[in-house]
Amino acid sequence: MTAYLHGFGAHLPERVVANAELAEQLGCTAEWIEKASGIQERRWGAPETTAADMGVAAAEDCLRKAGIAANTLGMLIVASGSDARGFPGPAAEVAARLGLDSTPALDVPMASAGSLFGLALAMRLAETQGDVLVVAAEKMSAVIESDPNTAILFGDGAGAALVSARPGRWRMLDAVLHTDGQYRADLAFDGTGPLRMNGLTVILQAARKIPSSITEVLGRQNISAQQVAVFLLHQANLNLLTRVAKSLGVGPEKVFANVQRYGNTSSASMLIAASEWSEANPEPGPIVFSAFGAGFHWGALVAVSGF
Amino acid sequence: MPTDSDRRQRLRRLVQEIAGKPAPDDEQESLFESGLLDSFALPDLVSAIEKEFGMKVPDSDLNPRKFDSIARMDAYLADHME
Repeated sequence: MTAYLHGFGAHLPERVVANAELAEQLGCTAEWIEKASGIQERRWGAPETTAADMGVAAAEDCLRKAGIAANTLGMLIVASGSDARGFPGPAAEVAARLGLDSTPALDVPMASAGSLFGLALAMRLAETQGDVLVVAAEKMSAVIESDPNTAILFGDGAGAALVSARPGRWRMLDAVLHTDGQYRADLAFDGTGPLRMNGLTVILQAARKIPSSITEVLGRQNISAQQVAVFLLHQANLNLLTRVAKSLGVGPEKVFANVQRYGNTSSASMLIAASEWSEANPEPGPIVFSAFGAGFHWGALVAVSGF
Repeated sequence: MPTDSDRRQRLRRLVQEIAGKPAPDDEQESLFESGLLDSFALPDLVSAIEKEFGMKVPDSDLNPRKFDSIARMDAYLADHME
């Protein structure tokens, strides 16, 4: 099994929702929002915008940057935890709008960790399926309600990554994935709302499981955390990202963060982060992806520059 | 093997170090509902307990209720320390 990451893409809605606007709606202060989350602003899609709309835009951005035509794809994987429940899921619509009429398209209806699970699946499937486009798209503004503890956190957006067996920019080495369903009620959305989150449990579990999964996958590849060029994590909360860096024994600058500008875009956030990081002419070296979310599902994936 | 009193004093010191304020006199009082600690202090508190008492809290015990008050933490340690 040899797979490579060829590139990333992203789409963020134009509308910027600053803390001051949200604070007025929720009856809190902009300062409290930033202190609690590190978030300064987020993007919200228009009322008629769907997760599939944003997913298509991120997919097209990724394909353009990778220099790949959609009709050469061997498979499409679309992660979304916020898309309307029912069938078919958004993968069919994204596939159709990319012009695909027989390419298999798989839904991963998983919030937060969906893009990580999608990447790990793609890594294992690329050798037989050909080029696999992983898309994660979330319209979290449609899920949040008036509870300030959750409403301040989320934003809308989509990310994408192209995985192939053809040699590319980063070779995917290994991935670890885990699920513990005993906590499924601690972070949940049933399709009608409101989103339920037991913050104490979520933070306690995430703060332990993200570093442990990273340590697990790096240990299997004999790579130390200090050797890693960048950690591209699910952008849940700036305070959590800082704690993960501390647990790993690396400086906070090693953990890429854009949650300040986009909020928590659930499964899309890790790929949006990867897209921004990759456009900034990053230094070579191992890169680590990791996510934790509703389920609980969590894990980590490591890739290295070059062939 | 620390005495119950010694253990609770050490727990009170850890809470004070993390909160930056004294632990409540009432050892049954919730540290989180009272606002003394927030959700991001909880992982720090568990790590501090592991270091202070030379033990590892397994993931299966990472339930916030077990660390909600001085009394609950003390009960957890009494059950799990050799």
